[in-house]
Amino acid sequence: MSAVWRRLKAFLPPLVFGALFLGAWEGFVVWRKIEPFVLVKPSEVWSAGLDNMQRIVDAMEVTGTNALIGLVAGTLLGCLGALLAAGVRWVGELVNPIAVAVNAIPIVVLIAMFTRLYEADSETPRRIMATLAAFFVVFVNVSRGLRQSSPTQLELMRSFAASPRQQFIKVRLPNAMSFLFTGIRVAAPLTVITAVVAEYFGGNRNGLGASISGFLSISKKDVGLAYVAGASVLGLLFFGFAAVLEYVAVPWQRRRDSR
Amino acid sequence: MTLAVNVTAVDKVFNAGRPNQVDALTDVGLQVTAGEFISLIGPSGCGKSTLLRLIADLLQPTAGTIEVNGKSPRQARLDQDYGMAFQQAGLFEWRSVTKNIELPLELKGWDKAKRHDRALEMLELVKLPDRANAMPWQLSGGQQQRIAIARALAAHPSLLLMDEPFGALDEMTREHMQAELLRICAATQTTVVFVTHSIPEAVYLSDRVVVMSAGPGRITSIIPVGLDRSRDEGTREAKRFYDKITEVREALRGSEVGAGGRDDR
Repeated sequence: MSAVWRRLKAFLPPLVFGALFLGAWEGFVVWRKIEPFVLVKPSEVWSAGLDNMQRIVDAMEVTGTNALIGLVAGTLLGCLGALLAAGVRWVGELVNPIAVAVNAIPIVVLIAMFTRLYEADSETPRRIMATLAAFFVVFVNVSRGLRQSSPTQLELMRSFAASPRQQFIKVRLPNAMSFLFTGIRVAAPLTVITAVVAEYFGGNRNGLGASISGFLSISKKDVGLAYVAGASVLGLLFFGFAAVLEYVAVPWQRRRDSR
Repeated sequence: MTLAVNVTAVDKVFNAGRPNQVDALTDVGLQVTAGEFISLIGPSGCGKSTLLRLIADLLQPTAGTIEVNGKSPRQARLDQDYGMAFQQAGLFEWRSVTKNIELPLELKGWDKAKRHDRALEMLELVKLPDRANAMPWQLSGGQQQRIAIARALAAHPSLLLMDEPFGALDEMTREHMQAELLRICAATQTTVVFVTHSIPEAVYLSDRVVVMSAGPGRITSIIPVGLDRSRDEGTREAKRFYDKITEVREALRGSEVGAGGRDDR
């Protein structure tokens, strides 16, 4: 019982804060008689959301599919790249600095270029962007996992007279697994953001990002914000899924994080 | 008497010829008889961990010779003549307790059934048979350290090298683990070289306490303890125990003149 209560208590402050924030927003708009084309009330966003529920869910599906394909492809490529970079010396020396540098660049801007490479109704450029976003996060994390084993574990392996190959398979590789799941947890919401933003740059009008930019620009701010809420839900879903995956797959990581 | 470890005139210099050169060990000699329990004690930077790593072939001496069971340290390492335990248990988080203990045997190419039997035998020895399928993160610090010891002894090495293995444990667990270690070593006839910061720990465990000093790292005195081999809780209250603690403390104090230099490891 007390454990359940403690969990609830952890959720209570943010919930109260969120409710207060929405209440203050609502009150402020009413009190200052702010016009809807300047700022809409949360209650109007809520009802717009209910009115457009089906369309929002459809858009979440489109954008979510792009993000998911990007996440899976990016994760696979990231692992492959990290293994290559760790195993083949010149690949590592070539790719590692590039990966770190690219990580600091807002890669969504590349979408403008990709959109022109494909026909207007193609989802491919958006998927490529989501893939790239996931790739670099996973690559950097897995590479770190392959390189950074605990010194004690490495000394132990040496004392066991393990060959470099055994050391790689028995220590570096499994160690990289825990970094992989941390990478996926970070990459998951990032692919959603990337997939949403990628739609701002043209192409199909069926996803969340396209609808957000469309409705906000034609003064239907309540509908636009309802789509924003849909994007938030999608991001949280991705994050939640990846966090549970990490929790189950690498349980020892829970402790490491809380330390 | 056969020698388990024979260290002769060993120097170890880190970063030789560079501005940050450190004389970690200078003219160190130490003979450890088979079956003996030896503690290395001294201030930070006295090179006790370095000496342990030289014996383990994790480092190479700058000068002098080291023999382990009459072989070079490298050969002894390849033959898994020794097991090692560190302050951090260093368990592999993704392996169950049993799989952790099996690892050195697995690397040696033992077949599955045989190494599993050995792992269970080792679990009996460290008195944790019911945790065979547990994962390391489900164990307390003391239990993790026991598994680390079980793993170090899995291949039945004749020599156990330990670097402050109980340093991260609380005092009660620590005393309990010391008693357990003595019991295990008596049961397995293992020679032990044990690095510690704690004077009571060194005195309680050892046949001889090797006192070292820093700057440069060297052995200043070797104190035979000569407590009854069947130590129990009463030993910690015996007069001889306190006398020996005082003797080691005084030896340490005397050796601290000119102390300083690099921290251990």
